[in-house]
Formats: sequence, C-alpha cells, structure tokens
Amino acid sequence: MYGKGLRPLSIATVVSFAISLSLVFFYAPIEADQGFLQKIFYLHVPLAIVSLCGFVVAGIFAVLHLRRDDPRWDAYSYVAIHISVIFAVGGLITGSIWAKGSWGHWWVWNEPTLVSFLIVFLLYATYYPFRYAIEDRQRQARYASVFAITAGAFVPLNFLAVRMSASLVHPRVFATAEGGLPGSMKLTFLASIISMALLWTTLVKFELSAKSAQGQLKRLRRALDAPSGPPSSRIAPEVH
Amino acid sequence: MTPSRTAFAAILGKDLRAELRTLQSLPAMALFAVTSFVIFRFGLNRTSLSGGLAAGVLWATLLFAAVLGINRLFVAEREEGGFDAIRLAPIDRSVLFTAKVAALIVYLLVLELIAVPIFAVFFLNSARALPPLAMVLVLADIGLAATGTLISSMAVNSRARDLLVPLVLLPLVVPLMIAATAASEPLLLLGGVSYHRFGTWLMVLGLYDLIFALLGYAVFDFLLED
Repeated sequence: MYGKGLRPLSIATVVSFAISLSLVFFYAPIEADQGFLQKIFYLHVPLAIVSLCGFVVAGIFAVLHLRRDDPRWDAYSYVAIHISVIFAVGGLITGSIWAKGSWGHWWVWNEPTLVSFLIVFLLYATYYPFRYAIEDRQRQARYASVFAITAGAFVPLNFLAVRMSASLVHPRVFATAEGGLPGSMKLTFLASIISMALLWTTLVKFELSAKSAQGQLKRLRRALDAPSGPPSSRIAPEVH
Repeated sequence: MTPSRTAFAAILGKDLRAELRTLQSLPAMALFAVTSFVIFRFGLNRTSLSGGLAAGVLWATLLFAAVLGINRLFVAEREEGGFDAIRLAPIDRSVLFTAKVAALIVYLLVLELIAVPIFAVFFLNSARALPPLAMVLVLADIGLAATGTLISSMAVNSRARDLLVPLVLLPLVVPLMIAATAASEPLLLLGGVSYHRFGTWLMVLGLYDLIFALLGYAVFDFLLED
C-alpha cells in the first residue's frame, strides 16, 4: 500500500547522494578560511533545514487530519515528526562538530540559530511522551495533531524571538543578497539539500509502509484468532 | 443557541466563584512564588538584584508558579463532568477556551499583584520600574494563559496529567520568556529605568499572544470532541 514507488524513490535518493557527495568532495572549492572543515556545511545545513521543513510539513498534515478526520493523515504527521526529530539530532551533532572546529567551542549560547534549533528540538522531543500518555486512540490522534499544529506555528516564531535576542555570529550564508556564496558552492549546496530532502521523503515512506505492514499483520493475527469478525477494510498504519 | 457572551460570562463567573470558595490554586501559587523568592534570596546571597539577574529570578518564579495553576485549570471539568456539560450545552465550544484563558489571566494578575511587590521589597532598591513592568506582565500573561489553557486541556485527559504540562509548556513558552525577560531587564537596571528596545520586545510579546490565542481558539473545538 505505502510501499508503492518506494524502490524508484530509494534509487533516486542513492543517485542524488552520489552526485551531491562527489560535488562536495571533488567540485566545490576548499574554503579559504576554514579549509576542509567547511565541507560539513553541505551536511549540517541541509539536515537542519530539512528537519525544520519536516516539522512544518507535519503541522500541515495535522491540519488535514483534523479537517478530513482520516487517520492516515495522523500517521503521516507522526512519521514526519519522527524522521524530522532524527534529522534534528543529526543537525545538532554536525553543528556541534562544526562549531568546535571553527569557533573552538562545542556549543555557543549567544548564537541564536543554535539556541532556537535546540528549543525546537526540545519541544518536539516532548511529542512522544505527550502522544503516548493518551490512551484513547482517536483522542490520541486528535491531540497529537493539535500538538503538531501548535508546534509547527511555534517554529518560525521561536526563530524570530531568539534571533532578536542575540548577536549574529552564525554565518548568514544567503542573507547577504546573493553575495554570500560563489556559484560552485551554491550549486553543491543545492544538490545536497535536494538529496537530503529525497532521503527524508524516502525514510518517511519507508517508515509508513513498515508501520502499515505491522498494522496489517496485527489485524490478520487478530482475524485468525477470532474468525467470526469481518476483517477491517480500513488501511491506516498503526502508530502505537 | 445561547449567545457566546452570556456563556463566556457564565463560565468565567463559575470559575472565579469556585476558586474564591475552594481557594485551590491561587494561595498555592502565591505561596510558591514567595517561597521561591526566599530561596533565591539565600541561594544567590544578595540583598539586591538588578538587570538580567532580577528579570531572570522574577520570570522563572512567575512561570513555575503559573504552571501550578495551569495544572489545575481543568481538573474540576474533568472530575465533575464539566466537559460533558459543555458538550451538551447549546453553546459554541470555543467559548470554554476564551473563558478559561480569561480566568487564567485573572489568576496570574492576582498572583503578580501579590508576588511582584514582594519581589520589589526583597530585591529592588526602588519601585520606579514597576509601572512599565506591569505592561510586560499583562502582555506575557495573555500569552501564558493562551498556551497554558491549550496544553492544560489536553494534559488533563491523559495519563500523565501533572507531568505533561511542565514538559510541553516550558519549551513552548521559551520565546515568550525571552521577550519578557529582555523587556524587563533594562527596566530593572541599577542605574535607573531604561527603555532600551522596550517597544520591540512588547511587539514580540503581542505577536506571540496573537498567534497562540488565535491558534488555541481555532483548534480547541477538536479537543472537546469525543
């Protein structure tokens, strides 16, 4: 059901990663100031951007769930948050490594982008205890959607508040009106972000099909145990 | 259909009357705040605070005291069947949200009426910062009440009720606290009241209030379905 298109998508992801990584290592110039270390930029920034976009997308899925009352959208929203949280952990770790290398510290507290990203991550980390503290399935799905919408609106607001409160140490790569990056770096960055977005989509799809297969298996087992009841025709992946 | 204004007044009146008769939340909140100030007084070992430290002590205390009240906001509805009554009543369900936000704002204002003068007596050298600080307090209260009501109404129907409110609410109000402390910090400076970027931070507070009040109003319907 959800496995449809998974194979071409996976192949596209692998191919795009091969292209973007070879661009990163063989095409993009070595940055004069930071040297080879700057290559982590092509991993760290796409991870962070894709995870933030994933959070917002999860909020949109949650809106659709509340509007259409279809449990599938709740599963989409759940899986999108799940994969985005994993990407966010990756973004935090790569960001720390980069910060240690270029600023000399693992973590810089007066740096708005880092702090706001951490706050967003902490908020989404509470999604799991929040979701599983609610027993009733439908209510759980509804409340989780409300959480996803609230937190999705919180993401941009949080960046605004934190950015205003602190200095500007973080590289504003694109803020300086087209003057920030040379063309070859921009192309490489674009390729990396596309491959990262493809990876996110593949993982979401993969997780969804795994969850739905799990749910179907459970339903079949239940049907075997009690042969009298008709098997449910609802195919929503289980996220429990 | 009962007009929303009547329903709003009825629910708000019921909440305030119940609080006045049982005194469940407010005395605990005020006592918590005062005790925290005493702990800060000895923990920091200073006779007076100023600037960022004063703002941090004030807002951390008010936030945690508010969490106590937010935790209990919907307990009566849950235990005495108030949710079912609201569902049955011929009223717009979002009214429950606005009435609860209003009740929480009243609680927070009363809490601050008690706690902020005590804070000033304990830690401040002059009371000149208090009038502009009141503006910050009111704006922060609105945002805190909107997010608090939203989270509280969800947490009360879960297994881990008292755990979820602080867990989910604290990261959610971080921008609000950043704006509130940044707005209060120059007011509490030792050399006298300064209005450095005061208006900007008030606007951030207002934006936060607006977004979360509208959001809560929009999604609250879905939380009451059963």
